[in-house]
Amino acid sequence: MSTPAVVLENVSCGYQRGFVLTGVDLHVPGGQFVGLIGPSGAGKTTLLRTMVGLTPRVTGRVEVGGRAVTAGTPPANVGYVPQVGMIDWSFPVTVENVVVMGKQRQMGWLPWPSRKDKRDVATMLDRLGIGELAKRHIRDLSGGQQQRTFLARALIAQPDILILDEPTASVDIRTRDEILHLLAEINDTGITIVITTHELNSLAAHLPWVVCVNHGIVAQGSPEDVFTSRIMSRTFEAEMRVIRDVETGNLLVTEAGSHGPFALRSQSGPDPVAVGEDVA
Amino acid sequence: MSFFTDPLDYEFFRQGLIVATLVGALCGAMGVFIVLRRMSYIGHGLSHAAFGGAVVAYLMNFSFFLGAGLWSFIAALLINAASRKRNIGADAAIGIVTTASFALGVALISKKRSFTRNFEAALFGNILGVSREDILIIGGVAAAVGVAIFLAYKQLLFTTFDEEIAAISGVPTRWVETGFALALAATIVASMNIVGVTLIAAAIVIPPSTARMLTQTFGRLLILSTVIGAATGFFGMFLSFEYDIASGAAIVLLGTGIFLAVYLGSGLLHRLQATERVSAAGRSAVPSNLPVEGTVAPVSSNPDRVRTTG
Repeated sequence: MSTPAVVLENVSCGYQRGFVLTGVDLHVPGGQFVGLIGPSGAGKTTLLRTMVGLTPRVTGRVEVGGRAVTAGTPPANVGYVPQVGMIDWSFPVTVENVVVMGKQRQMGWLPWPSRKDKRDVATMLDRLGIGELAKRHIRDLSGGQQQRTFLARALIAQPDILILDEPTASVDIRTRDEILHLLAEINDTGITIVITTHELNSLAAHLPWVVCVNHGIVAQGSPEDVFTSRIMSRTFEAEMRVIRDVETGNLLVTEAGSHGPFALRSQSGPDPVAVGEDVA
Repeated sequence: MSFFTDPLDYEFFRQGLIVATLVGALCGAMGVFIVLRRMSYIGHGLSHAAFGGAVVAYLMNFSFFLGAGLWSFIAALLINAASRKRNIGADAAIGIVTTASFALGVALISKKRSFTRNFEAALFGNILGVSREDILIIGGVAAAVGVAIFLAYKQLLFTTFDEEIAAISGVPTRWVETGFALALAATIVASMNIVGVTLIAAAIVIPPSTARMLTQTFGRLLILSTVIGAATGFFGMFLSFEYDIASGAAIVLLGTGIFLAVYLGSGLLHRLQATERVSAAGRSAVPSNLPVEGTVAPVSSNPDRVRTTG
């Protein structure tokens, strides 16, 4: 791995009411594919926003793509894909209108895109498999198509680093796998990828590097290193169990014990098939 | 045709017509950005703020356009700054900043009752006060705002759609916001005399809301809203003359009429399209290979596509 894509040293970050994260040290090497995991409200999104200069209150050293980042001074070579929940879906724009926005730095002074801009947009949409949707209004897209549209907007600026906030939220299993494969392909071209996710077994467990976040960095490393009952329990502040699927060899995170009103009901069902062995 | 020709005999009407058309186009264009930012009442608020500025300018023997314009610009900047604070919000920010300014204007008027009548025109709109100088100033504002929108179109669009990502993508969003506040203040002040303080919000909100029912792309929305605004200003003036009603009220009522017509028309069109789709689906729901009673339809016409598990 080459020069670090993201360097955070002794960083505390948050909003006017206080810091969400404190004492963060994080080095993401260039070309890495990193997943941030942690409970809701742990500071995953705040950490991503700090990397792109959107967090108003930051202390410590933040460097992304070799450039110091402060509130209001974004890095130059980063593509950012926000949570789709933050988008105004009624806004009067088509897929190609959205994607061409990503070319701000390369476009001329005229209000409309040049032929080259249009070609680039068409190529990008084809690459992401949504070429035929160029003229469609963003409201009329499925969850996966929406993700691809905003991924295309980030990619068209040819970033070195791609930062995505929950790219697989609210999509079905097939779409999630497609998005993950797409991101892996993008990562193979040398682009560093940092994502947040709540999907531990189906996504985070398959990433090369995982960072456990809970108002700070709890642990980081390969899933083999950090997917342990002890680290997961600390990260999620709940009793967690990590087992290894004996058939596939995959690590699986589960809650230890049964909780809630459905616990008794599940006990009366058939015995579950034993699929794994505990990972300490 | 006397409806259109008679009023043109009067110079005050011809001047008012030019100004109303320019102001309509200006409000229509700026309104697109305001409606999409969900700040529809900023027009209402800023016109009230400008009223306070106009009164202060009048008292200090200052130019109306400069006084009210500067006052509105500062109010727009204050609203922008206050609305960024999550615990205040744009709607409350508009309410606080602008009503305070309006209250100042009212307080000053109540102290000096001698010029109350002059400000009736500012409140409800009056074309009688339009001078050649006004035409030049309003024409200048319309041209400047038009050029600014043309040159900063991409940045304005991106900032309106998603300000944070625009900033990350290299758009100088702070400058765009400041420029927008300046253009908005200029629009409000330019529109005050013809539409009136109390009706500016409608002149800003109705054209883009009407246009939005007719298109789904931003570029077309901007053009359509500008044209609707200009047309409403132009024909509204003739209505104002014919029925002897305040120019602002005539323009706003005509705009509301067009909005209602488009609303009802587009609703009817959608209903017709939906009925057509349902009947088309009904026709295609009877496939040619429908199994006849007593026979079994094949699972798939292509055996390669049939997969078994296990």
